[in-house]
Formats: sequence, C-alpha cells, structure tokens
Amino acid sequence: MNGVHDMGGMDGFGKVEPEPNEPMFHEEWESRVLAMVRAMGAAGAFNIDASRFYRETLPPQVYLSSSYYKKWFLGLEALLLDKGFISKDDVAAGHAVAPAKSLKHGKFSIPDVERIMVRGKFGRTAPGLAKFKAGDRVRAKNIHPATHTRLPRYVRGHVGVVERDHGCHVFPDTVANDAGEHPQWLYTVVFDGRELWGPDSDPTIKVSIDAFEPYLEAV
Amino acid sequence: MSEHDHHHHDHDHSELSETELRVRALESILTEKGYVEAAALDAIVQAYETKIGPHNGARVVAKAWTDPAFKQALLEDASKAVGTLGHVSRVGDHLVAIENTPGRHNMVVCTLCSCYPWEMLGLPPVWYKASPYRSRAVKDPRGVLADFGVSLPKETEIRVWDSTAETRFLVLPMRPAGTEGWSEDQLAELVTRDSMIGTGFPKTPGALS
Repeated sequence: MNGVHDMGGMDGFGKVEPEPNEPMFHEEWESRVLAMVRAMGAAGAFNIDASRFYRETLPPQVYLSSSYYKKWFLGLEALLLDKGFISKDDVAAGHAVAPAKSLKHGKFSIPDVERIMVRGKFGRTAPGLAKFKAGDRVRAKNIHPATHTRLPRYVRGHVGVVERDHGCHVFPDTVANDAGEHPQWLYTVVFDGRELWGPDSDPTIKVSIDAFEPYLEAV
Repeated sequence: MSEHDHHHHDHDHSELSETELRVRALESILTEKGYVEAAALDAIVQAYETKIGPHNGARVVAKAWTDPAFKQALLEDASKAVGTLGHVSRVGDHLVAIENTPGRHNMVVCTLCSCYPWEMLGLPPVWYKASPYRSRAVKDPRGVLADFGVSLPKETEIRVWDSTAETRFLVLPMRPAGTEGWSEDQLAELVTRDSMIGTGFPKTPGALS
C-alpha cells in the first residue's frame, strides 16, 4: 500500500539525531510490547508480514506521531482484534471476558523462548526457474498494490541491474494476507542515484533493494 | 473505554501513562486467555537484554580482519560463516556481509520499517527506526553521514542497501591503520555498532587509550 511507512526519498523529516548511550528500552512497557509481539507471532497468531501490514495500516497521522513501540502496540492490538484472538469487550474490561481462540502452535511458554532468538527461515524450494540472473537489466514495475508489499515507491518505474540472486523466499505480498507463501525468486537490484533522483543527484550514490521476481520486468 | 474517554483521559495524564495502562491490560488479556505465560514474556525480554548486541557483530568483524579464509567465507555466505563461530549468538539464514573498501562505502537502511541484523547488532537504535534516517538514507546518504559527523572523500562510491526483504546486512568496515599484530579480542574493541551499519567508522587505536 502507498502508506506513509514507505518513506524512502521523502523530505522534511529533519536531521538524524543519534542518542548517546541509548538504553535498549526507554520505558518498561516497550519491552513488554516487544515480548508480546514475538510471543504471539511464535504461537501462530500471525506471521511477520501480517504484523508489518497492521502497522502500515495505522492512520498516517497516528503512524507519524507515535513512537516505534507505540506503533507496535497499536498494530498488535488491531491485529489480534481482527483475527479474533481478543475482543472489544476484553479490551474495554482490561481483562479476558470473552473465550480464548486456539493458537496454531499452542500456548507460548518458557521453553519456546530459545527458538525465537534465532531468526525464522524464509527460503523455500523453487517452484520454477529464475527469470533473471546477475547482470540483467530490469525495471521495477509501476505497480501500486493496495495491500502489503515490499516494493518501495521510490524505485517503481526505474531501471536497475540484478546483482545477486538470493534463491526463493516466502512472498510477503500474499503471506501478509493469509493468502499463502507463494515462494518467489529474490534478487538484489542496484539502481544508480541519478536514475532514482534525477540528473542533480550525487553521481557516487548507488541504492539497492531486495526485490521479489513479481516486482520486476525485463528491459 | 470509548474513544471519547480516551481523549478526555489525555487531559489528565500523559500519553505515556495511558499507553502503559493499555499495554498492561493487553498483557493481562493474553495471559488470562492462556495464550502466553507471563514468565515467558519476562524471559524474552531478558534474552534480548543479555544475549544479543553489537558485541556479536564485533567478534565477526575482528575475525574477518585477522583470518582471510574466514573473511572470504563470510562474504560468500555470512549465515554459514557466522554459524561456524561457537561464541556468537545463533544467527538465522539470510545474513549478508558487505565489505567496505577504499573506493566504496556501504550503508544499511530499512526505508519501510526497521529491518536490522538483530543477532549481530542487537535491537536497532531509535534513529534507525525513525523517519529522518529512513527517508533520507537512500536519497542523501552523504547528508545523513554528516549528521553522524562522518565525511567521505567525494569520489568514494556510497552504496545504500535498503533491507526490503528478509535478507539482513552487516557492514564489514575497513580495519583501522596501526593495528598490525593486534589480537582478535583487541580488534573487537575497536568495532562500533555504527561502523557495522555504515554510519560510522571503527575506533582508531588512539581512541582506546
């Protein structure tokens, strides 16, 4: 979706302000939100792309004015409501008042913690041959899916070069909507700064994205 | 609580305290429904606080600086190469190491959210997840580097890696001059988090003393 989360190339957000000796969490509740998202995901309530999509669909003014973990909290609550794991009555009461729904992988308990500290595997068996190879010139398609996608707006319509082939991976555009993994070939595609930002761009800049095959067309 | 009540509430309390209440309520709901064990949430937080962090990435970089065979393996398949080191946290698939050279500087961003090599660097800092970095890194990387007090020769190529899939990128910075004969442990002390994101350089030997 063309949301405010897709902010590559936008102006006006000001300087980057690193915080010296930044703590891992600024408030205790942030760590609880992180833990709940990880636990509910691992228990099978949702996949990582669904959780991203629910953050992306927060109203733009909420997205831009909320801290990072506030967005995580709002996205988590909306997702759990939508999927029926919690109800509005539960939220209003601040306690479980409606019956629980069964989780794909069952209750998240202490022995499950070690498992989530290692990243999941997203590589899948290839359903067919790769359409592109390193060195191929490709255009990022001018597409505007209304749901979750990982093709940022700033590359759409632009021509780049395939640099690496990462094999076949779970396709975020479908898995985010519970429409299946539909593994797709994934490539690193490099764009010249001037191709993306015009002739006035710094000529020494190159930008790459990792693009799923359906995002690309041959040039 | 109705939307109106929320708004009313804001006049009396900070947004933070309201958020805190909502977070606590959600945790109660999830534990009471039997979805999660509260102690398991504590254990997750503890694991993030103790097991991951830039010290893991620093070990990998220091090893690459001293062991050419490891460096080559790292650049070919970082997940596999890091997996051979017992003392760093277990890294998942799809880690890619990218090497800085005198002619090319690499910098990593996630314009769409906050993708970051957690196992190697820990949880990302706020600036990495915030709008200024995400919006500008791909269009004006030199300007972003200037915000960090970093400047590069004007002919150096700057390659920005936007983490748009499940691949995760670790920058392998250049080994600082004047460190000949240093051990891996000594070298690891020089490796900063930002040098592995590409928004900084490793410390110089003089900075340690």
